[in-house]
Amino acid sequence: MVSRQRESFRIPLLAAIAAAALCGGGAATAQTTTPDRLAPYFQPVTAGAKTPDADGFLQRWLLLEPIVKPNRSNSGFTGSYVRTALTTKYFPGQMTAAPRDGDTVTVATPLRWHALDAVPFDVKLFNFAQGLGKPTYGVIFQAVTVVNSPRERRNVRLAVGSNAASMWWLNGKEAVTLSGDRRMVMDDVLSPRITLNKGRNVLRGAVINGPGLSDFCVRFVDEDGKPIRDITVNVK
Amino acid sequence: MKHFATVALGLAALLVGTGGAHAQLAGEPFIHDPSTITLSDGKYYTFGTGRGGLVSEDGWTWHSGGERPGGGVAPDVVKIGDRYYVAYAVGGGGMNGGHASNVKVMWTKSLDPKSPQFGYHDVGTVASSDGVEDADAIDPAFLYTGGHLWLSYGTYFGFIRIVELDPKTGGRLPGNQPVDVAIDMEATDLLFRDGWYYLFGTHGTCCDGPNSSYNIRVGRSRSPTGPYLDNMGVPLLKGGGKLVIDGRGRVFGPGHFGLIDLGGGTEKFSMHYEADMDRSGRSVLAIQPLLWRDGWPMAGENLKAGTYEIASKRSGNALQLDVDFVRIPFDFRRSFFAKPGEPIVPIPDQTLAQDSAGWPSGRVAVDMGEYMIRPHQQWTITPVADAGGYMGAPYYKILIAGTTRALAATQNDEVEAVPAFTGASAQLWRIDQLTDGSYRISPSVRPSGGGDLALMAIGASTPTLAAFDPTSDKGRWTFKTP
Repeated sequence: MVSRQRESFRIPLLAAIAAAALCGGGAATAQTTTPDRLAPYFQPVTAGAKTPDADGFLQRWLLLEPIVKPNRSNSGFTGSYVRTALTTKYFPGQMTAAPRDGDTVTVATPLRWHALDAVPFDVKLFNFAQGLGKPTYGVIFQAVTVVNSPRERRNVRLAVGSNAASMWWLNGKEAVTLSGDRRMVMDDVLSPRITLNKGRNVLRGAVINGPGLSDFCVRFVDEDGKPIRDITVNVK
Repeated sequence: MKHFATVALGLAALLVGTGGAHAQLAGEPFIHDPSTITLSDGKYYTFGTGRGGLVSEDGWTWHSGGERPGGGVAPDVVKIGDRYYVAYAVGGGGMNGGHASNVKVMWTKSLDPKSPQFGYHDVGTVASSDGVEDADAIDPAFLYTGGHLWLSYGTYFGFIRIVELDPKTGGRLPGNQPVDVAIDMEATDLLFRDGWYYLFGTHGTCCDGPNSSYNIRVGRSRSPTGPYLDNMGVPLLKGGGKLVIDGRGRVFGPGHFGLIDLGGGTEKFSMHYEADMDRSGRSVLAIQPLLWRDGWPMAGENLKAGTYEIASKRSGNALQLDVDFVRIPFDFRRSFFAKPGEPIVPIPDQTLAQDSAGWPSGRVAVDMGEYMIRPHQQWTITPVADAGGYMGAPYYKILIAGTTRALAATQNDEVEAVPAFTGASAQLWRIDQLTDGSYRISPSVRPSGGGDLALMAIGASTPTLAAFDPTSDKGRWTFKTP
């Protein structure tokens, strides 16, 4: 339990740093400071939109501090359980609002949205929560990003890997669900053929986890399974 | 890579298994996280989580035994020179909520507690995790190849890592830094083959009996430190991994791969199943053949009981009783000159009674011939209960279907069919699946004494018992449904 002891000591300072870095409305800038313990997996969002990485993974996200949802095991993440757990309305505007960095919602306690760039290809939710001194096990994470496409693209697929189960919505419509006690594998589950609108598309996800690490990786692929990279992502 | 001589061949027939011819091993093979099976002082050892382990004289019947101090989880063993190095982890694994752990190494010159060479010497800690970083230093596994000693470790909590050790001491090489090679794996293991390094690991969830989703996967790399990719090119650092084996039948959740190289083209692997439903759902040791296809490993299977043609991979001819060919009554003109309107009727198979009417009552020579779907070419092959076995499989009896006539080894190293199966060692057969998926068939003992032999097609139609040649199809057989 060494890590827990360290967390209890460092949380107030980290929370203050995080608040200073990420508050103020709108996207944080390059001048903001990433809390030490979010590094090396996250950094503040940079100015301007972000292109996907070389493999097409989307690395800029608004992440909500975890909603507590106790689960002693991940073995109960059946499809019906996941659907119920991840479509439950925990806060107003959950499925419709476009949050901004620093916004807060209340789910038993106030929870803050953080705009972050993932450094690796995957978004390490466990480290996000751990770094902010928030619960890491028995939680639901919410993630939102805005995908800007220079043109309409039909017949693309959303390719998701998540640990553990997750649901994803594109422009308000359910795109793909990953049930079960999953480990994150790139391109684990692909959505049916969907359309990326020209311009702004809102991609929303929710990930549930009991014990263990939690993360996700998301990209769009074309009909040949090739990553789509001529898009940008942003958090506003 | 560990490489056993087939030393158990001569011993095995003398041993009596305590269980029946189970699909899995005999004895009390209860273990979790078994280390690579290692031969020491004529016995096979594997150690698991906790202090104890299992020991076997033939690789088929396993009993509790062996001593491994240090406790902790998921050890591994490698023999280098006259030392057996043992790696094990203390701490971590999420137990008590923590992931701070140390991989420690010790060595002994014997794994047999009764040997004067037995005695562990501590080397020290070779890898660690601090409990906060995305790694958990448990589940160590050795690979000794080309004079280098590698150690992989890690679990579901973050990265799988590789470090290099000094094979002379078992300690970490000075200045060596861990390299991340995979994520979301547990119980990794390494092997080197044909210029490729293979990283095996277990995906899924353990420790929940028949609800455990454990399954073994693999990626490969030209370098021991990666990058490891699966068959689809997905990096193991992005969750990739080609399936090697998952649960099947009455056993669930295979995990913790360990190579058993028997030499001569026979490779097997050890693992544990999370739950053996015929043994109260307990975690058990298991051993299965390892096959290679297109440069990738895959799980083979012990031969299932059944009736088969035994076909030579050399000639395609079938092993058979050397008896007179009996025609199926048939007017050949039916094949070509029947009028279109004539009724279609099925023709029955040749019966055993029809085929066997002229068979000698005593011993019958065995040869090979073109497969003609005749009873004297069809063999019923069955594991023999309580007859013992060898590495990972029971002994079989091989009888002409519907009869008591049994394939047997002779005193002069030939094969014949005896009138009745008696359970004699010359009538017990070892059937090993080879890495190409075909099988090697060997008598449990050599009646004349001496080294081990295999059933070999020394001519297109002539079988004998001779030394197995892994470079030839002479000793490779396939089992086809009749």
